[in-house]
Formats: sequence, structure tokens, C-alpha cells
Amino acid sequence: MKARMIAYRHQDSPIHRLGGAAKLAFFAIWSVTAMMTYDTRALGFMLAIAVAAFAVSKVKFADYGFVLYLILFFFLLNHIAIFLFSPLEGVKIYGTRHDLLHLAGRYWVTEEQLFYQFNIALKYMTVIPMALLFILTTHPGEFASSLNRIGISYRIAYSVSIALRYIPDIQRDFQNISHSAQARGIDISRKEKLLKRLKNVVGILMPLILTSVQRIETVSAAMELRGFGRGRGRTWYNARPFRTGDYAAVALVVAIAAVTAWLTFRDGSRFYNPFR
Amino acid sequence: MGDNRRPAAEFKGFSFQYRAQSEPTLHDIDLVIHEGEKVLIVGPSGSGKSTLAHCINGLVPHFHAGEMEGEALIGGENLAELDIFALSRKVGTVLQDPDGQFVGMTVAEDIAFTLENDGMPQAEMKAKVAAAARSVGMEGHLESSPQSLSGGQKQRTSMAGVLVGEAGILLFDEPLASLDPEAGRLAVEMIDDIHRQTGCTVIIVEHRLEEVLHRSVDRIIVMGEGRIVADLSPEELLSSSTLRELGLREPLYLTALRYAGCPIGPELKPASIETVSLESGGADQLRAWHEAAEAAQPLLAREPVLELEGISYAYDAGKEVLSGLSLSIGEGELVGIVGRNGAGKSTLSRLICGFGRPTAGRILYRGRDIAGDTIKERSERIGYVMQNPNHMISKHLIYDEVALGLQLRGAGEEEIRERVLETLKICGLHPFRSWPISALSYGQKKRVTIASILVLDPEVIILDEPTAGQDFRHYNEMMEFLLELNRRGKSIVVITHDMHLLLEYAERTLVIGEGRVLADALPADVLTDAALVEEASLRETSLQRLAARAGIGDPREFVRRFIVRDREARRS
Repeated sequence: MKARMIAYRHQDSPIHRLGGAAKLAFFAIWSVTAMMTYDTRALGFMLAIAVAAFAVSKVKFADYGFVLYLILFFFLLNHIAIFLFSPLEGVKIYGTRHDLLHLAGRYWVTEEQLFYQFNIALKYMTVIPMALLFILTTHPGEFASSLNRIGISYRIAYSVSIALRYIPDIQRDFQNISHSAQARGIDISRKEKLLKRLKNVVGILMPLILTSVQRIETVSAAMELRGFGRGRGRTWYNARPFRTGDYAAVALVVAIAAVTAWLTFRDGSRFYNPFR
Repeated sequence: MGDNRRPAAEFKGFSFQYRAQSEPTLHDIDLVIHEGEKVLIVGPSGSGKSTLAHCINGLVPHFHAGEMEGEALIGGENLAELDIFALSRKVGTVLQDPDGQFVGMTVAEDIAFTLENDGMPQAEMKAKVAAAARSVGMEGHLESSPQSLSGGQKQRTSMAGVLVGEAGILLFDEPLASLDPEAGRLAVEMIDDIHRQTGCTVIIVEHRLEEVLHRSVDRIIVMGEGRIVADLSPEELLSSSTLRELGLREPLYLTALRYAGCPIGPELKPASIETVSLESGGADQLRAWHEAAEAAQPLLAREPVLELEGISYAYDAGKEVLSGLSLSIGEGELVGIVGRNGAGKSTLSRLICGFGRPTAGRILYRGRDIAGDTIKERSERIGYVMQNPNHMISKHLIYDEVALGLQLRGAGEEEIRERVLETLKICGLHPFRSWPISALSYGQKKRVTIASILVLDPEVIILDEPTAGQDFRHYNEMMEFLLELNRRGKSIVVITHDMHLLLEYAERTLVIGEGRVLADALPADVLTDAALVEEASLRETSLQRLAARAGIGDPREFVRRFIVRDREARRS
């Protein structure tokens, strides 16, 4: 509970100065592009841009370190799983086979597999910095207006903002509830057997859900009393108008997407193949 | 002059029944509140005062549905025909829960919320938000997140958020319920300033009469059992017996005047401690009473049950919440712990219960260091009752909830039954033993949580704000119940901001601040010490002012003697 979760910190950098809506659009197009292509040259180019953007933003490691480790852990897990389930996927894709090392049974390390997994790693490494950057450099109050800006209904967009607003309160409720449960003798630590522990956790969740439902009722009454939902649209205190920098960022990402798409689909395959 | 003013809110033969209830909550209400008036609506819990307020801001019938009869006009228009949005332009509401109504990620955003919903252009909005923030003294916190604000600051943000809407009627729904006494005083002053500056109609719903009357109001409407019982000026109301008949608390200085034998009538100008007239004999009577009254006893020396020695604790390295705190709780004592928010009161109880480890110091239970005891083991000796009962209740039925702790400790079926039923009897919950907890009132739920702790038979019970948000009658019931437990030998520690609780029940008061115990004294001595009062976010009582005005040389001794007299009155 004490680890510092990923959070916005007020700083000044060219990235911080970009509007939330532009960054959100950038991130969305960027991710789709990176997910689509397996072209190593394109991914390498995107990675270079991502690293440069990260450097320009001046964000502090302490602000995202914990989350980065978490992501890296899953990243590693993902790679092991890919190899375990499909050790010859690269061979299938690239149509050649260069064995390097025999591990056991059907598990061969091949150049093709290594290259395939290297590409997947590249995808991760291009998308993760951008996702982190979006969260770290966008004021949470700007999330909702950004979502609304790219065409999502303000009611849905605002619910994102409300969720962010009340997460710390709900965390505090949870802490209180779990403390009182522990004092009564409900153990949710590792000392208890798994099944019993699960049952105990459910016992804690009930009051948490009930208090949260009550909270939602108060919040929605408060919002209606202040005219939320009155009109078709609403304005945003924290919205930032599109500036030159924002247009430039969006233009850049569209150009990257176009070049990548051209590179990727030019020869009819999503995979750049150095083995032929 | 009342006739030529236009009505802001008007009820004619108005009744309302919630859809889920079998009886109407409001009966036959006839009431006119004029434009520009400042009106206080008082009444015990369940008297219908909140429902009446909701009929003004439109939560009834638009959010809470039900049957209406008669007529209700808000700003000259029929309540039934207005939707909640149209009403929100006429009536601005500050709700009781400062957290629930804070919907923005920052102060500025929260203030702007109404304007955003109106679709106001950003530049205009920024100017208005800045002006509103200045008018409530929050201009230095525009970018602060709600988690970094105190309750009072959150409430001031809500006030600014209502002011920007420029509604003609401002409605405050129990504005003092979740504030400490000092923040409460500031809130009352701010509401008054807003009323003077904007000329709005101000309606305050609250049961803490004396606190609201710190600044004058035009009229007080008293509700009881869904009806209007009285609609009087403050002078008339305080001169009548209505408050006592309904189980509402009268201002302390009036209680003191009654003890001194002064007849209280309108000629006494009883609405405020500053206006109350003592010249025609009152002062003499008070002085005579003071001379004759029984002197207060010094504190009894007691066998310590729980001792803290040099406790330090820090959440983040370097920033100590507690530094070298020592205190002792005696056997069979009832102690009040006070201190401003963030002084470390909750941290203290958490450390005692074992939810965290002190970085230095020892906690002794009957002379034995309990550092090695688990949370579970400690809870059999020291029970901790949280402020919000909903955080503690996890079962559907009362019996099961109270039995839970014993079941988890592997007690036998027969023993559990016996102990649970015995506990339920002590707590006055025996008749409800097979009820679902959801059918209970807030005060009863609180009792269930106390019962669920009591059943483990701890010797010390720590309660966090046991009387918060409860009216005088429920406050009395709760405290008499705790006093009864205390008489049965339990040591009771109450963490509180409730000054009445300190005056009426606490044997001793500990003031916590700067990470240690700043004072350990009789409640009267703490409440009459200006520096301690400020440190603990309390306020001086009107008794002290009364003593000064009556020319009593030692106001502290006057408060002590008042407490002795008052506790006697309570016992008989």
C-alpha cells in the first residue's frame, strides 16, 4: 500500500505542455501502429522516438519505477509463455530454420524464434514508454476532457475522472475494514489456508462494496444538484485548446503510422524477414 | 414588514411520503421562507428536517421518489413541475458529507463543476472560480487535491462551488456534522458573511443550535415527528420549553443560568452569550451560585491498565507522527483524547491494536510489554471501535455479527450463545437479535459494532468519535451506555472532537499535538486554556464567557463546578 503508484507530478517540459487530448490521440494511434507491425526497422525507429520523448519529458524514475517493474515482470512472463507454448513460432513465420541449441524434447532455440521474440520485445518497448508518458504528464483533471475531446460522451468521460477521484478514499475504506476484520480474528495473511483466506477476503469485500455503493449514491446526488447531465455537452475547466505543438504531435504520429504501414505491407507480409 | 417580501420557498398543506415507507415523513407543512431571510431548521433525527430540505433542493421527489400532497413553491414555481436541473439554478446546496460532494480532482475543478455543466466558456469560468475561491479564502489551494485538504477546507470549496451558481437560495444541510468545533465556528461565520454579502436566502438545517447561533439568524423553525412544532425568533424559542420537550440541547450558558435559578424569558435576550442580559440580577445570582456550589474533586489516582512509554512512529521515514509519546490509562477510567486532525490520534489507536509497530517505545498492558502479541491476541484485551460502523459490519444478522469474533476464536456453540445473548442484553439489542442489520438506525448499528467488540470481553475499549453525526437524544443514549459499561469496570478511551462529551462524561482529557501529550488534565481545565483549545481545534465554551461577564474571578473553577452540578443533574 505504501509503494508510490504511478502518478502525475507537476513539471514543465515540452511533453507536459502538450494538451491531454493530443497526447491521448497520439498514444492511441501509436499503440495501434506498434501492435500492427512486425517490421523491425519501423519498430526500431519508433523505439528511438519513444526514448527521445521520454528523455525530453524529464519524468522521474521514482514516479513510475514500481509500475515499470510490474510491467517488466509480466513482460518476462509473457516471453516465457510464448516459448513454452510455441517454441517454433518463428520458424513457422519466417519459413526457415537455423537451430542454435537443443534444450529438451521439442524445445529448440532457433534464430527465427529469437528474432520473433525480439520483435515482440520491441513492440513492448515502444508502447510502454508512451503509455507511461501519457499518464505521468497529463493532469488527471484533464483525462476526462481529453476523452470527451476525442469523441467519447462526457458522461462516460467524467466517470473516469470520478473513479480516479475516489480511488484513494476507497483504499482508505479498505484499510479500515481490513483492520477491523483482523482485530476480530479474520486473517487474510499468508498464515491462513488458501480456501479459508479466500472466504475471509470475501467477508471483507462485502462491507467495502456496501460503503462504496453508499458513496456512489451521495456522489450522484451531489452531481445532480449541481446540474450534471443538464445539457448535451459541457465545457471543461481544465481543457486545453489545440495549439501548434498539439497539431504537430498529431501530424507526427499520423506520418509515423503511414510510413510504418507502407514499410510493413509493401511486400505483403507483416513480418520483416532477414532470413531470406 | 413580512408581507411585502416575496416568498423564496412556500409550503401549503404539504405532505410527503417516501415510496419505501408506510407513513408520511412530512405532515401538513405550512411554511413561508422569504427572500433574503436567514432561517435555521432544527429538530431531532427523524423529525423530517432533512426531508423538508430535500423538498427545497429537489432531491425529493426527483432523486428520492414518493407521494406529495398539497403545494410546494420554490422561487414561485411548483416543486412537482420543476425538474432537478431547473431547481439547481434556484437552490444551491452544501451537503453534510464534505467528501461525497467533492467531485473534482482539484479545488478549482470542483468549484467550476456547476459552470462546466452550464457550458460556460473557459475564460469566463476561470475568472469566476478565482473570485469565488477568494471569497471563501481558498485562493491559495486552487490546485490542491481533495486528499490534502481538511474537512473545513473541503466544505469551503463546496460553498464556493455553490456560490458560482448564483442561486437565490442557499441550503446548508447539517454543515457542522463532520467538522471539529473550530472549523464549525469558522463555517458559521462564513455562512453569515455570505448571507450579508450576497443577500441570498439562507436556510441552515442543523441540530447544533448553540453553534449556529454564534451568528444571528432571523428565525428558527423547529421540526418534530414530521410537523412544524415551532416557528419563532431565537429569543422566543430559547425562552420557551420547546427544545427540552423535543430532546434538543439548549445553549450551555442557559443551562448554567437555570442552575443559578434565573428565570429565562425574552427580556433576558437569550439568543447569544453576548446579548444575554445579566444586569437585572443574573450576574448576582450566578456569583451566588458559584460561591455555594460544590467544588470539583481532584483526579483519582488509579491503577494503570494500559501504558505507553516513549512511543514514536513515522509513516514516511523522517516525518514522525508521534515522537516520544507517553500516557497511561487507569482501571475503570473514562478518558477523552483530543487533538486536531492529523495530530496522530488514529495512529495511536492503531499502534495500540497492533496494526503497526512503533519505531521506538513500549506499550504495556498491566505492566507487561505486548510487542510480541498478535492483533488477534491484543483484541481480546483492548477493543477498538471505528467511527464508521459500516466499516466493521460484515454479517447480515445481528446475532451472527456479534458471534463472529468468538466463532473465529473457536469457542463452543453453547458458550457463544450464552455470551452473545448476554452482550446483546447489555447493549439493549436483545429484542433485535434476529433482525437484519440493514434494518437498524445508525446509532443502533454503532451499538452492534460495540457489542461485537464487547463480546470478546476486553478490559479497555477505544472508540473513535462515538457520537459523531448523532443528535442530542442519540448522543445521550450512546454516552449513557458507555457510562454503564464504564461502571461495569471497563476502561473507556474516547477519541473525540465533541466538547459536550468532554464536559459531561470524560473524567480526564489528554490533548495530543506535536507528536506527544501536550496536556493531561480535567476537561474543565483543558477547555478553559486558550492555547490548548487552539491546539486541539476545539473552542472555548460559552460558560467561560458567562463567568467573565458575571464578574466571577476564576472562570475555570466556574466551569469545573458547572460540570459537577451538571453530572449530578444527569444522574438523577
